[in-house]
Amino acid sequence: MEIRPILSALLRSKVSMILIGLQVALTLAIVCNALFIIGQRFERMQRPSGMNETDTFAVSSVGFGEGFDVRAVQAADLALLRRLPGVVAATSINSTPLSGSGWSSGVQLTAEQKTQSANAAFYMVDDHGLDALGAKLIAGRNFLPTEVGIRTLDETVAPASIIISQALAKSLFPGESAVGKQIYIDDPQTTPKATIVGVVERLQTPWVNDGYADIENSLIQPQMLVIGTASQYLIRAEPGRRDEVMKAVETQLAAANPSRIVGKLRDMEAQRRDAYANDRAMAIILGAVIIALLAITALGIVGMASFWVAQRTRQIGTRRALGATRGDILRYFQTENFIITTLGLILGSILAYALSLWMMQAYQSPRLPWHYVPIGFLCLWALGQIAVLGPALRASRVPPAVATRTL
Amino acid sequence: MFAYYLQLGLRSLRRNPVLTALMVAGIALGIAASMTTLTVMHLMGSDPIPWKSDRLHYVQLDNWGPDQPYSEDGRPPDQVTYRDATALMAAGKADKQTAMFKVVLPVQPENTQLKPFRALGRATYADFFSMFEPPFKYGAAWNRDQDAGHARVIVLGKELNEKLFGGQDSSGRTVRMDGIDYRIVGVLDDWNLRIKYYDLTVGAFSSADEFYMPFTSGVDLKRRSSGNNSCWKSPGDGWDAYLQSDCVWIQMWAELDTPARLADYRSFLDSYVNEQKKLGRFARPLNNRLLDVNQWMRDQKVVSRDVQVQTGLAFAFLLVCLINTVGLLLAKFTRKSGEIGLRRALGASRREVFTQFFIESGVIGLSGGVLGLMLTALGLMTVRALYTSYKTVAHLDWAMVAATVVLAVVSALLAGLYPTWRACRVQPAAQLKL
Repeated sequence: MEIRPILSALLRSKVSMILIGLQVALTLAIVCNALFIIGQRFERMQRPSGMNETDTFAVSSVGFGEGFDVRAVQAADLALLRRLPGVVAATSINSTPLSGSGWSSGVQLTAEQKTQSANAAFYMVDDHGLDALGAKLIAGRNFLPTEVGIRTLDETVAPASIIISQALAKSLFPGESAVGKQIYIDDPQTTPKATIVGVVERLQTPWVNDGYADIENSLIQPQMLVIGTASQYLIRAEPGRRDEVMKAVETQLAAANPSRIVGKLRDMEAQRRDAYANDRAMAIILGAVIIALLAITALGIVGMASFWVAQRTRQIGTRRALGATRGDILRYFQTENFIITTLGLILGSILAYALSLWMMQAYQSPRLPWHYVPIGFLCLWALGQIAVLGPALRASRVPPAVATRTL
Repeated sequence: MFAYYLQLGLRSLRRNPVLTALMVAGIALGIAASMTTLTVMHLMGSDPIPWKSDRLHYVQLDNWGPDQPYSEDGRPPDQVTYRDATALMAAGKADKQTAMFKVVLPVQPENTQLKPFRALGRATYADFFSMFEPPFKYGAAWNRDQDAGHARVIVLGKELNEKLFGGQDSSGRTVRMDGIDYRIVGVLDDWNLRIKYYDLTVGAFSSADEFYMPFTSGVDLKRRSSGNNSCWKSPGDGWDAYLQSDCVWIQMWAELDTPARLADYRSFLDSYVNEQKKLGRFARPLNNRLLDVNQWMRDQKVVSRDVQVQTGLAFAFLLVCLINTVGLLLAKFTRKSGEIGLRRALGASRREVFTQFFIESGVIGLSGGVLGLMLTALGLMTVRALYTSYKTVAHLDWAMVAATVVLAVVSALLAGLYPTWRACRVQPAAQLKL
């Protein structure tokens, strides 16, 4: 391939070459980093909550006025919910995964230690809790109906038995079975230890967004939480019947007691969408920037290449007259584009790592994995070749006779 | 002459419609991306109360436990305890001060057509209204005596008043919440809060408060705040133990009108904490903070990391679009060398050639700006759809419209500078030879 004449031709239009090269360089740097961010967001969004999200929904209720007996209402509500056709399980619950609000606390192994052994989200459910959540028990047993107590904010009633997530079990008792072990989950000075009776495979904390470190550290207590006159229920419907059950629950709960407000029903799929709305928005916005960027760069290459073809029509004609084939002309422009793109990409890879380094320092983001840049090289090489193809084909069709014309 | 060059520019642009469209679209896209993200970032981070933001200070005390800091980076808790809030209110050492917390209460409307519903409000002191200056439509705030007297009075937000009383002057009437009647003393007008800066602990874009009641009456309800509550040790049993505990759940603001007052208040806080240390509280080193509104917004990262990254990338994108425009203009002007040579030979000075092509770049910029403005509006609509909580910060204002057009024209002129310079250096003789 005749590289030398291409190079000397390029050196005569340095500015245009630099402009295209710079464009390619910036495009590579931005696209690599943006793609990496999008990938991280998708990874976050894929994290499982450990519960059955497709068939479950939550509903809250708050009573008002004198003489509202929240405990009696809770018992009646749960009985009503469990009788409804299409309901698999219903429990009272203090908060749900993906909701963004809940209760977390430190737990410790001994009373003497000054710092906590681990931090965990506290879920308070009754003996139907695991079933309603759809959490998978991998060791030990579920709560017994007799173990379910009442918890209010005014008195600490320590549960005797608890169930913890596998992640919490591993961090508290690495290499051992957690079932049967005892831990402090409240103030060790005033409350006794609780016994771990079961371990669930996975249960996320309610906080997926706040950079909460141990997202799978959860602890389940057999308690009905009573805060003022408010209660919340989690209901799992038979597969495919969720929406129908939701409608029934809304009307039946409202009808069962007029001196309360039934809150908006939230199905867990909507809850997941809301929880990750920011990540999805970020991915969409960055995706749009990438597409626009690639389009602009490609169009820029088309524009410049067309200009070069137009400018060199006579030289092309001369070359053709001197025996160059159409293929030679086509390859000339393709090689030229390849050289410019490669130079740009080399600069771009430095920029890409510099941008990544800056993001690591400014936003504590992880380092750009090495394979993004080579993949970016391949994509932009392809983009350049496709963009230059049109103008290059036009150049190859320049008839040799052009060389003999004066204008 | 300007009009003539403008005409020439337009004519030249029409001659290569594809190239022109490419340049205009490039600038428009770059401008739209950068202005969309810039608008969101600007509105998020802009001072919500510029005339007094440096006088309003958020009070933070470090009452956390001796063994574990509240935050690894050394920041004190983002709220204060009931005990400290009431002590600071009673001392009254600031020019104005208020403690507050979020409450959610069931509303039982008089109008039986309306079903009972939950309303989100704020328990605070009378000074709240003169500190944060919400506009009143009817009536006025309650006073300090009513704070002290645990008065059952209430100020309604505009929306709640619309809902309950159809927007009429409801001051003097009552509203029943959870079985208790509150007398309405005032109704707010539209309060265009882009950011709920007075309480960032539950999210800067959380929905506006629907009502305000005296802090003292709020505490009388013996209901936990609906906002965040953090404890480093168990508060113990019962409501009174909770009030006396080291749990933090109250936001505290002080208005300090001069630097001297600020310095005085600082030393007052230090001596208060030192007094408390003698009582066995505040085991950690002295770590009081009095951030002003803007510092507090930065501390709480109101402008999120994502928005900053988006803005940075959008501007890098604009840079690519501009480089693209430089290349295309260069190509275009070079092809017109013959025309330039002719004009120069007929007596046009370099300066005149320069003006002509500079104006042509400006025309491209202006067209790109107008198209970019439309795309920006579209972009902001998308942002509103993607981030439902950004409703208040994703809309164009006049300053941003002007900034968009100026940015587009300046960018295009900058991009046109080198090609134009090259164009006016054309040697007439070289071009006229054939």
